[in-house]
Amino acid sequence: MRTGETRWAYIFLIPWIVGLVLFQAGPMIASAVLSFTDYDLIGSSEFVGVENYATMAADPRLARAIGNTLLYTVVHVPLACLLALGLALLLNRITGRAAGVFRTIFYLPSMTPYVAVGVLFLFLLNGQAGVLNEALAIVGIEGPQWTTDPGWMLAGVVIMSLWNLGASTIVLFAALRNVPRELTEAAMIDGAGAWQRFRHVTLPLISAALFFVVVVDTIAALQMFDQVYTMYFGTSQAQQTSGDAALFYVVYLFQQGFQFLHMGYASALAWLLFAVIAVITFIQVKVGNRLVHYEDPAA
Amino acid sequence: MTARRFFPLMLLAAASAIFLYPFLWLVFASLRPRDRTFGGQLPIPFRPQSYLDVWDAAPMLTWLLNSVVVGVAAALAVTVSSALVAFGFAYFRFPGRNLMFASVLGTMMLPAAVTLVPTYLIWNSVGLTGTQVPLWAGNLFGSAFYIFLLRQFMLGLPRYVFEAARVDGASYLTLFWRIAVPLSRPALIIAFIFELKASWFDLMKPLIYLQDTELFTLPRGLKAVVDRFYQGGDPKWEIVLAASVVTTLPLIAIFFFGQRYFLQGIATTGRR
Repeated sequence: MRTGETRWAYIFLIPWIVGLVLFQAGPMIASAVLSFTDYDLIGSSEFVGVENYATMAADPRLARAIGNTLLYTVVHVPLACLLALGLALLLNRITGRAAGVFRTIFYLPSMTPYVAVGVLFLFLLNGQAGVLNEALAIVGIEGPQWTTDPGWMLAGVVIMSLWNLGASTIVLFAALRNVPRELTEAAMIDGAGAWQRFRHVTLPLISAALFFVVVVDTIAALQMFDQVYTMYFGTSQAQQTSGDAALFYVVYLFQQGFQFLHMGYASALAWLLFAVIAVITFIQVKVGNRLVHYEDPAA
Repeated sequence: MTARRFFPLMLLAAASAIFLYPFLWLVFASLRPRDRTFGGQLPIPFRPQSYLDVWDAAPMLTWLLNSVVVGVAAALAVTVSSALVAFGFAYFRFPGRNLMFASVLGTMMLPAAVTLVPTYLIWNSVGLTGTQVPLWAGNLFGSAFYIFLLRQFMLGLPRYVFEAARVDGASYLTLFWRIAVPLSRPALIIAFIFELKASWFDLMKPLIYLQDTELFTLPRGLKAVVDRFYQGGDPKWEIVLAASVVTTLPLIAIFFFGQRYFLQGIATTGRR
């Protein structure tokens, strides 16, 4: 009976076990091995030791891609999380049907395929006649060439990214809803002002959700691909006009692996990305453990 | 209405206007003639012709059908396989369970980029690059995220229902198919629609695996339209805009039908 149950458990797990070997563990090992080879898909692979990693250290385009990606992440994540928090706090101030309608509106951009988002913002951010610069002109500011000036293209990508706040807003709004009213009301009776109530009652109680949003958003930002690839890569014209001003890490990895067929180098790039994401997430978790307030289960 | 409620409402209304504006711009601009793409706000002069032209300018209908087929295959594959695995974890106690479950959680941390090249080599070695198979077949083996979601849900199902069925002589497959699956319907729908959306968004896999235009999915097709009619020597912005609307509209429709599940799914899992 007991052994039969074990056998059946493993039967249900077959898809996972096969997939783990075939599409996770196997490729991971293969990718690690490939990163020490020179392989272009046509010839045979050649062991080159740490050459790929040495090349990475001296690759100016890679340096550019890393710089762009980190700069974007550092600017995008705080802005996106603060704006999402602001929207969630506003939603929490009103109640009932209206909050649901607004929440839906904020999520709608997240249902727009990233390729379409990229296309849309090529038009909206157009330097000559785009809507953003027309709006800026009304208040007397001459807007930059967001989609063609290398100095402003990353800023344009950040602006585009802030259209996609829906999921973060929903998570934070759900967390705010779970803050017990009695606590904020008790603080109010004790004479705490709005900021104090937020800082000492609400914020600790939603800090776990906020932390989650920051970590997930950071990991996603480091892997940005679809929108920028749509806007600035894929054709020789696009690449000529935009150069590497919007070269992101995964875009570069994709180019190396599937345009130049440098499969070994692309694998090495993938492992560096993995390492960077792991280190950043580790630091965030360490810092988070100090800042995040988890409800004491013993209390 | 008190000021306490009035100000948040005003700010939310303003924010909503900003979030909705790009949609409005896209739809209205696609209904204007090309030389007025940037001229004005309303669809004046009104020119819906682009929505007829777009089907001739590019095989949009083929791409739309491809996206539906690939999306449904991907979503169905991942939902069924993840449900099987989740049931294995939720119902049974067996040696190695914690270790196996740790492997599920572990793969969630792994960026897709790490397995990108070897996965391509696998499909290449079996001669399936250039076909749509790699776009969905990897989903037959479950996905860590949905396994986790469905296991959590199934752990919440009352155990006595299963035990009663066992006493009545039901097989484990019956327990899964007749009890776990029907009772997990909300979670299964969440898995299905999230994967449908992910597949509808995906640009990377079609870029890697598809060369034949006839096999493109909508995002890959839209990228081809942009490359040809936005950047190229023959700019036809109205075609690009109409194609963007055609790519986006099905998802917006799905969202309105499955809104409840999307919102629930995000609030409980944080998936975007």
